[in-house]
Amino acid sequence: MRALWGAMTPRGKVLLAVLVVALLAAPLAVNRYLLSVLTLTLYFVYVGQAWNLMMGYAGQLSLGHALYVGLGGYVAAALWVHFGIGPWLGVFPAVAVAAAFGAAIGWLGFRFGIEGVYFALLTIAFAEFTRIGFDHIAFTGGAGGLFLPYEEKRLGEWWNLRGGQDFFYYLAFALASGGVVIAALLSRARLGFQWLAIREDEIAARALGIDVFRAKMKAVLISSGMTAIGGVFYAFYNNSLFPAQVFDIGRSIELILAPIVGGLGTIFGPVIGALILTPLGEILIAATERLGIDAPGVKAVFYGLLLMIIISLVPNGVWPWIVRRFALVKHKP
Amino acid sequence: MTPLLSVVDISKRFRGLVAVDKVSFTLAEGEIFAVIGPNGAGKTTLFNMIAGMLAPDEGTITFRGRQIDGMPADAVCRLGIGRTFQIVRPFPALSVEDNVTVGALLHRSDVGAARSYARDVLARLDLFDKRDVAASALTLPDRKRLEVARALATDPKLLLLDEVMAGLVPTETDRMVEILRGLNRDMGVTILLIEHVMRAVMALAGQVLVLHHGAAIAQAPPQNVVRDPKVIESYLGAEAAF
Repeated sequence: MRALWGAMTPRGKVLLAVLVVALLAAPLAVNRYLLSVLTLTLYFVYVGQAWNLMMGYAGQLSLGHALYVGLGGYVAAALWVHFGIGPWLGVFPAVAVAAAFGAAIGWLGFRFGIEGVYFALLTIAFAEFTRIGFDHIAFTGGAGGLFLPYEEKRLGEWWNLRGGQDFFYYLAFALASGGVVIAALLSRARLGFQWLAIREDEIAARALGIDVFRAKMKAVLISSGMTAIGGVFYAFYNNSLFPAQVFDIGRSIELILAPIVGGLGTIFGPVIGALILTPLGEILIAATERLGIDAPGVKAVFYGLLLMIIISLVPNGVWPWIVRRFALVKHKP
Repeated sequence: MTPLLSVVDISKRFRGLVAVDKVSFTLAEGEIFAVIGPNGAGKTTLFNMIAGMLAPDEGTITFRGRQIDGMPADAVCRLGIGRTFQIVRPFPALSVEDNVTVGALLHRSDVGAARSYARDVLARLDLFDKRDVAASALTLPDRKRLEVARALATDPKLLLLDEVMAGLVPTETDRMVEILRGLNRDMGVTILLIEHVMRAVMALAGQVLVLHHGAAIAQAPPQNVVRDPKVIESYLGAEAAF
């Protein structure tokens, strides 16, 4: 952690401190709606970090991360609904189940040399058949969905993840901060270097003694497990889960946009990406409504256009551009 | 004394084409050994078998008493064989220092220690001043040196160098010869090199193995090899004038 802090220029440190303080104080200053947007933003920071470890650092493209969100959410929610097991305990089996699916995908892909877009197809396939499977599992409500009971009198039970908007906001803040710290530590550890080497040139990585299969498996296990924790948050925040919604490929794409726009393989890329994209989506909804052009798909068209503009202006991501433009990180690490 | 590396009757065929044909040689610890031969003679195939990128069809390779033929490349590296690639394979987006740090992390789990060792290695290879440059921005001679630095950072007992002099001008070649001799002398690294640049081979190697159509046609000290009529006919040709 000290290495990360030390790598920043005074200006970078001040900006980070301001951001943290502003986020901590946000519930005092903004209304419920804005707080819900910020909560969503922080959630996307977190899952973006998890995905970025696998793609941005280890170079393995997953287009099925909604699978881990859904599995994490469903496992913890089902344990709570059916057995009264709270999410702080339920998160462990949730992570284990998601990591087991991650391990299966990783093993198939990495052992049999399924690479690049073909690996991405494999991840989509797993998410899709899991979605179809959950449509038929009566235990979790099938296609009709799984609902978490919402009772006013239990709102204060933070130990059961029952709480109001403020509570979930700070929970999302803790998740996002934890995600940043984990990404920072991993990227500066031996494993992080191994991932970068694999991303850049797998054959050269192997020639330097790196067990490529093992390092990739670690990436998919850590990434899927982390994402599952996000899924537990998602389930208890929204109080409902539908297979067609949580496992949808649209969800998988949604959660990779922040790290791509923010900057792949950077620690603050997913942060800046989510800070731009999630509010942008909300602003577009409000703007199209106000202008009276809220026909279906209008928001998506504008969102897509803005995405294209951002990506064409800063193809390597917004964060690397900011770092260069405003000198937030010292030239030498 | 048991040799550091012994290669016994190894062969490799690609769809009927014999790339390496029953080649044998041994390497003592501390030696500098060169493999020469015309293009397509099987030199790189031979290297790739020793480095674990290809499994030989026949024969055995023993390194420090352990049979390594057919072992995966990363396991071979962990046993103490570092290699460079003829067509360089830097990690383009990483800085020069990070490239070498990846190598240094093989036997060091602490990133700080690996980084400082990487700097020592970079200094040896005249790359210290360029340590913060992205590898993709290096010139070819620098990339060749980076390739050596990265392999060297894995603390190899044996370094396999695949045409690290190719494309260098004579003064750069002389500097590289000096660097390699230093590694061999100061760090005790045994060196096996494939080389076309006879100027470097003559200056460095204690023994030279000549491959032609996959078969070993001569093995001798360099000054004898260049006088061998078979070698002159098959390979050196006009070059033998010097």
